Amino acid sequence: MRLELRGITKRFPGVIANRDINITVEPGEIHALLGENGAGKTTLMNVLFGLYQPDEGEILIDGEPVTFHDPGDAIAAGIGMVHQHFMLVPVFTVTENVMLGVESVRGPLGQQLDRPAARKRIVEISDAHNLHVDPDALVEDLPVGVRQRVEIIKTLYRHSNLLVLDEPTAVLTPQEDEELFEIMRSLQASGTAIVFITHKLNEAMEIADRITVLRAGQVVGTTTPTEATLESLAEMMVGRHVALVVDKEPATAGEVVLDIEDLVVQDDRGHVTVDGLDLQVRAGEIVAIAGVQGNGQTELVEAVTGMRRPAAGRVRIGGQLVKLEPRAILEAGVAHVPEDRLEEGCVPAFSIAENLVLNTYYREPFSNGLQLDREAIQQAATGLVRDFDVRTPSVFNPVANLSGGNQQKVIVAREFSRPISLLIAAQPTRGLDVGSIEYIHRRIVAKRDEGAAVLIVSTELDEVFALADRIAVMYQGKIVDILDPEVATPQQLGLLMGGSRPVGIVEAEAAGERTHVVTSGG
Amino acid sequence: MPVLAIFSALVIGAVVIVLSDLTFFERLRADPALALGSALDEVFRAYGALFTGALGSPSTYVDAFTSGDTARMTQAFVPLSETMLSATPLIFTGLAVALGFQCGLFNIGAEGQLYVGAMFGTFAGFFFAGLPWFIHLPLAIGFGFLGGALWGFIPGLLKARTGAHEVIVTIMLNYTAYNLISWILKVPGYQREGRSDPISKVTLDTSWYPVLIDGLRANWGFILGLAAAVLVSWFLFRSTRGFEFRAVGFNPTAARYAGMSIASTTIMAMTLSGGLAGLAGTSVVLGVTHSLTFGVSGGFGFDGIAIALMAGSKPRGIILASLLFGALRAGATPMQSITGVPIDLVVVIQALVIMFVAAPALVREIYRIRVPETTGLETFSQGWRA
Repeated sequence: MRLELRGITKRFPGVIANRDINITVEPGEIHALLGENGAGKTTLMNVLFGLYQPDEGEILIDGEPVTFHDPGDAIAAGIGMVHQHFMLVPVFTVTENVMLGVESVRGPLGQQLDRPAARKRIVEISDAHNLHVDPDALVEDLPVGVRQRVEIIKTLYRHSNLLVLDEPTAVLTPQEDEELFEIMRSLQASGTAIVFITHKLNEAMEIADRITVLRAGQVVGTTTPTEATLESLAEMMVGRHVALVVDKEPATAGEVVLDIEDLVVQDDRGHVTVDGLDLQVRAGEIVAIAGVQGNGQTELVEAVTGMRRPAAGRVRIGGQLVKLEPRAILEAGVAHVPEDRLEEGCVPAFSIAENLVLNTYYREPFSNGLQLDREAIQQAATGLVRDFDVRTPSVFNPVANLSGGNQQKVIVAREFSRPISLLIAAQPTRGLDVGSIEYIHRRIVAKRDEGAAVLIVSTELDEVFALADRIAVMYQGKIVDILDPEVATPQQLGLLMGGSRPVGIVEAEAAGERTHVVTSGG
Repeated sequence: MPVLAIFSALVIGAVVIVLSDLTFFERLRADPALALGSALDEVFRAYGALFTGALGSPSTYVDAFTSGDTARMTQAFVPLSETMLSATPLIFTGLAVALGFQCGLFNIGAEGQLYVGAMFGTFAGFFFAGLPWFIHLPLAIGFGFLGGALWGFIPGLLKARTGAHEVIVTIMLNYTAYNLISWILKVPGYQREGRSDPISKVTLDTSWYPVLIDGLRANWGFILGLAAAVLVSWFLFRSTRGFEFRAVGFNPTAARYAGMSIASTTIMAMTLSGGLAGLAGTSVVLGVTHSLTFGVSGGFGFDGIAIALMAGSKPRGIILASLLFGALRAGATPMQSITGVPIDLVVVIQALVIMFVAAPALVREIYRIRVPETTGLETFSQGWRA
């Protein structure tokens, strides 16, 4: 199927989300749609999928103009969409999920679902593209990567020959990324065209045949991975030169600020997810915890920030045993950028100004104990919005109305503007575009250079390598190794994260190349 | 929007008035034009009576003022006074529910809290004899607040400690409150001497809210209601504690991350909410009935939920919505006695107003109001959270 978008314009009040967009997707092509958050990628795909009607322009399939009134029309025309948030019923099996909406039936009145027929086709599709999906598994029992493949099967089951993947790697681990790319290549080989939406440059370079870059709702240009470089793509996306890796001096580590000893933490279901963990972070260094999601990083951070009571162990901050309760920890000079910025980091319905004082509101100068000093709050907010480059018309706007990058800047502004000795940041740039990532990375390095101890938790290897002075690899609740980012390779790190001990590391260990070894447990 | 909601409710109410008169259909067959004319006439008469019953009629005001007779002038203000009287407990219960909403709590128990507040207030009203009014009245009001606060504290504590959902607990406590009242109204010393029906002793007049103007029933309870609205507004939007209330209400997880205590905020919010509902109880027993019976509420606690929803939990809106509901209540009786349209019509109109306010999309559709198309981000009310 050859898809052509011709002159698509979509306006929202006060914003032009898409302006005169022309894109052609050839049959069997992987076409990356690259752009920052808010560049209009998702809007464009929603127009294609019939969720929005374009104000101008037309969609052509194999040269014929088509109009999609709803997603049903788009599906019927052979377009399949895998959304960032999966549309699956957790308590249904894979087969039931796939056939939902296009149920095959049997019996004289069509009164009975024909699960075996559907199951057979799912197995065929799964085998054809090495998807390894068990048709009888309950979706709620499946890991995220497999759920995504269920979504892909759903589209193929509906005879899609153009697949739209909206930020598919945002939820995946590096290993799962590779598996997804294999699947995409297999689909491509069978003639399916793929529109791959992403803001990650290296992914577009790795998998795409052609790359179209969007900025501020417009097409900046279309290029190929052979013509483009990471730098040129970043510049097209952001509109200015971007440093992909922030410059930083070698760390000058000082006193131990965070000292975690033999920490044991359980998750909500009572499983031990942090299992006797030891870790030290010194003033003036950045320690990054690398690990596949679900190896206890979340619980570790929750315990250290007072959000979850540990089952055992000691946490010292600045040499003191602190009461593990959020306010006591905040008062001890700890800043915390939580993993989920909208759920944990801010109150989206509150104004920017209110969010900027969310954990200092009760102190001078913002409160006299009884009443808030709105003038002082507004003044401080105006200053922070300027210093941290939050793009907003006013400090009274609700945070919910900001873009993801600007929301994160509000949280960073709040946490970084206090005098702190320890910074704990979980997935500080998740879902952000290169411009915002560069900005937040620079701020984190600046905090380190001011002498703060920094603990980063990230599932992004690029981020770990860009920031860390030491990389602590977390696997099944323990720190299994500590690596020097100057020496370690992404491959070694990936293997360690997956729980295996690569030969190269052992050799390096023997040669004494590594800076520091911490064995876990005990 | 609220104006359109009220207008729509009155239009449908008019249809109800016409259709509820069964002779209308016979007359329609006989002479359609005449029947429609008389139907319209009936609607205008009913609404006219409702409005003059709630606000007074212009001609009465003019006559009274031109006559210069003080008694007649006072008399002209009776409808307005009755509206204020009916609005007073609604302001308190509306504020009570709104305070809970702002903290993410759905207090369905304002009715029960009102009863317990009325019970405490009545007790203080007849028990403490020989006090001057300026001590006795605040004391009785304080007792009322305390009673309601106690009835709000219980679900707050249960929610904070055990996670018991406040909706369930407050519904249950409404029943508990009814039974508490039915028990205490039979206890010698609380029950009025020489009576076998459930009615309390008469409170002493030193505990009564003074009337605003002699000859009218509207009293200082209304002024206290307005003051409470100002105070609640300050508390929610200006005070340090109120900031915590709203943060917990909008996003408890982020509030916890920011070092706020969800448990203590929940307990405090339910306690204050209950206290406000308790004040609604005092506004009735110390302002109107001067004794406690089962009839003191008449659903003020539940109307408070509707009022808080209509007002978007904003104190200013609560005053306006309470005055509207108060006016409908005050105008209902004159409407029935003058035109024969049953009081229940007012309930229909109230329900319709709530429905139209709760469904803004419907009103927009009817009046073809263009909504700005958003980029897909909708802000949802935080009123109800499971």
